[in-house]
Amino acid sequence: MTGTLAFLQGNEVTVEAALYAGLEFFAGYPITPSTEIAETLARKLPKIGGKYIQMEDEIASVCAIVGASLTGHKVMTATSGPGFSLMQEGLGFAVMAEIPLVIVNVQRGGPSTGLPTGPAQGDVMQARWGTHGDHAIIALTASSHQDLFQMTVDAFNLAETYRTPVILLLDEVTGHMREKVVLPDKDDIPVIERLRTSVKAGVDYRPYLPREDGRLPMSDFGGEHRYNVTGLYHDMWGFPSTNPKVVHGLIRHLTDKIRHHVKEITRYKEYFLEDARTVMISYGSSARSALHVVHHRRARGERIGLLELQSLWPFPYSMVAEKCQNARLIVVVEMNLGQVLLQVKRAVSNPDRVMLANRVDGVFITPTDIQNILRLIQGKGV
Amino acid sequence: MAVKDYIRQRFFPHLWCPGCGHGTVLNSLLRAFDQLAIPKNDIVMVSGIGCSSRITGYVDVHTLHTLHGRALAFAAGVKLSRPELQVIVPMGDGDALSIGGNHFIHAARRNMDITALVMNNQVYGMTGGQFSPMSGLDTKATTAPYGNIDRSFDAAALAMAAGAGFVARTTTFHVREMTELMVKAIRHKGFSVLEIMTQCPTYFGRHNQLGSAAEMVEHFKDITAPLSSDKETDNGLIRRGIFVDEDRPEYCREYDRVIEAAREGGA
Repeated sequence: MTGTLAFLQGNEVTVEAALYAGLEFFAGYPITPSTEIAETLARKLPKIGGKYIQMEDEIASVCAIVGASLTGHKVMTATSGPGFSLMQEGLGFAVMAEIPLVIVNVQRGGPSTGLPTGPAQGDVMQARWGTHGDHAIIALTASSHQDLFQMTVDAFNLAETYRTPVILLLDEVTGHMREKVVLPDKDDIPVIERLRTSVKAGVDYRPYLPREDGRLPMSDFGGEHRYNVTGLYHDMWGFPSTNPKVVHGLIRHLTDKIRHHVKEITRYKEYFLEDARTVMISYGSSARSALHVVHHRRARGERIGLLELQSLWPFPYSMVAEKCQNARLIVVVEMNLGQVLLQVKRAVSNPDRVMLANRVDGVFITPTDIQNILRLIQGKGV
Repeated sequence: MAVKDYIRQRFFPHLWCPGCGHGTVLNSLLRAFDQLAIPKNDIVMVSGIGCSSRITGYVDVHTLHTLHGRALAFAAGVKLSRPELQVIVPMGDGDALSIGGNHFIHAARRNMDITALVMNNQVYGMTGGQFSPMSGLDTKATTAPYGNIDRSFDAAALAMAAGAGFVARTTTFHVREMTELMVKAIRHKGFSVLEIMTQCPTYFGRHNQLGSAAEMVEHFKDITAPLSSDKETDNGLIRRGIFVDEDRPEYCREYDRVIEAAREGGA
C-alpha cells in the first residue's frame, strides 16, 4: 500500500477515512471527546462540496443524516455517551427503515454526564441494545490509527452492503491520541458504493423487496421512484402494515441480514494464539496495553497470546470459541465492568476460565495494571 | 395534472375519523400542488407521528414518515443534501410544538426553505384524546378530567419570534384561503409556517361538548377574523392571514457561500 504519511489525532483519522469512503453529509452536535470530528468536517466538507450542519441536539443530528442518506449520500454523525443515548431513537428508525449511515461514538465514562474526558468502554451493550425492540446491529472498533482508518472505511462499506446503521465504537484514548498513520491513496482500499435499483421509471419499484442475495437496491429521494419510508412495520413498498406475515417477515429480515453474515462482518487481529495457554481478548485502546503485556511475557517464554476484536457486534461467538479452544485461561481486558466478558463467557466451552482485567476509574488501563491483575489471577501475587 | 393524480388512490378510504379536519387539509394541499404545478418527483413530504402525520401516505410524492416530533430534523437532512427539492412537513400540534418544539424553533431560526404545516386540532388524537400544548386552559381531555391547567401558546407568534420568514394561520372553514396560503407558503424561499386550525370531533369536540364536526367547523368562522378586519369590533378573535412574509437569507443558499469560501482557501 502506498499513501501519505501523517501524524494525526484519532478523531482526525476518522474524518480522513470517512472522506476516503465517500462521506458527503455530516450532522452533529458538539460533545467531548468527539468534537474534533465535527470541527474537522466543518472545515473539510464544504471544500469538496459536501455539507456540514450543526443541529440543535443529537436527536436532530441522527434524524438529519437519515434524510440525507435517503437522497443518495453517504452520511455520518459523531458523538459520545450522552449524545449516543439521545440518538437511540433515530438509530432505531434507521434500523427499521434500513438506512445506510455511520454513527461514531467516542466513548467516555458513564453513566449520565460521567467523565467527559476520561476513557471508558462502557457503551458496548448500549451499542447492541440501546434502541428498543429486537434488532441486529454492526459495531466496529480499532486500537491503532492505521486500523481506525480501515475500520472507518469498513463501517461505510458495511452500512451500504447491509443497508444498516453501523456504529464505530471508539474511546477517548483512540479519539484523542496522536500517532503515525499512512493515509492510503485512492483505490488502495475498496470502497463500496450505494447499490441503486435498475428498475426503470414507471415500473413498479419495491424498495423493501430483497434481491436473491438479500440486498435491497435503493432509489434516491428526488429520483424517479416515489415510495414511502416509515418506522412502522411496512410491506415491500414501504407502506405501513400490521399483517402478521409481513411483520414476522420484516423482523426476521432485519435480524437475519446481519445474523447470517457474521463471518463476513467479523474483523479481528490475533497475536501468538497458535500455542497460547493464556488468551487475552481485548479491543480498542485497551488492546494496546494487552498487546504490550503479551510481547513482554512472550519474551520471557510464557505461552500467551492476544485476540483483538475489531468487530464487536454481531459478536463473533464461533470465532472466539475456536480461538480459545486450547486456552487454559482467558482474560478479557476492557474498561468497563465486563461487557465483552459476558459475551466471551457465552462463547467458550468453559466459561469459568474467563477472567476480567479491567479499570473503571476514568484512567487508561496500562500494561502494569494488566500485569498486576494477571499475577493475581495466576496466583503469583502482586 | 388533475388533483387526483397527486394521490395514492389504493390507500383510500383514509384512516381519519368521520368529520376529522385533516382530510380537508389534504384536499387543499393537493389543490396547492396542482396550482403550483410542481412535478411529483420534486416533492418530498416528511412527517412525524400522529393523525396529521399519516397525510403523507396518501400523497404520491416522495414520502418519509418519521418519529414523533422529529420530522423537521429529517427534513433538514433531505433539504440541505438536495436543495432543489420542495420539502413539505405536515405536523400535528403535539408533534410540532410539544415533543418537536425544539426542532420547530430551530428550523425557524435556521431558515431552510421548508414548509411546515401545523395541523392544530388541540388534542392528541392518535392516542385517544389527551390534552396538547394547544388545548387551552379549562378544556377537558382524558388526561385533564378536571379541566386543563396547562397554558397554551400562540404557534404563529412562536414561529415569528424564532425567525420564520413566512407565518400564516387559517382554518378548515376557510378552504380557499387555506389553499392560497399553502401556495404562498410553499413559494416562500425560506422556512414557512402555516398553522391550520382543524377539528377533532371524536376527542376534542366530544370532551368539550363542541357539537358535531359541522358545528366545530362553523365555530372557526365565529372565533376568527382576518388580520385586515376592524381591530375594535373583532377584539378577542383569533387572527387569520399572513402575519409575516419577508425574504431572509435562506440556509441552503448561505451554505453555497460557505462552500465558495472553503474552496477559496479560507479557514
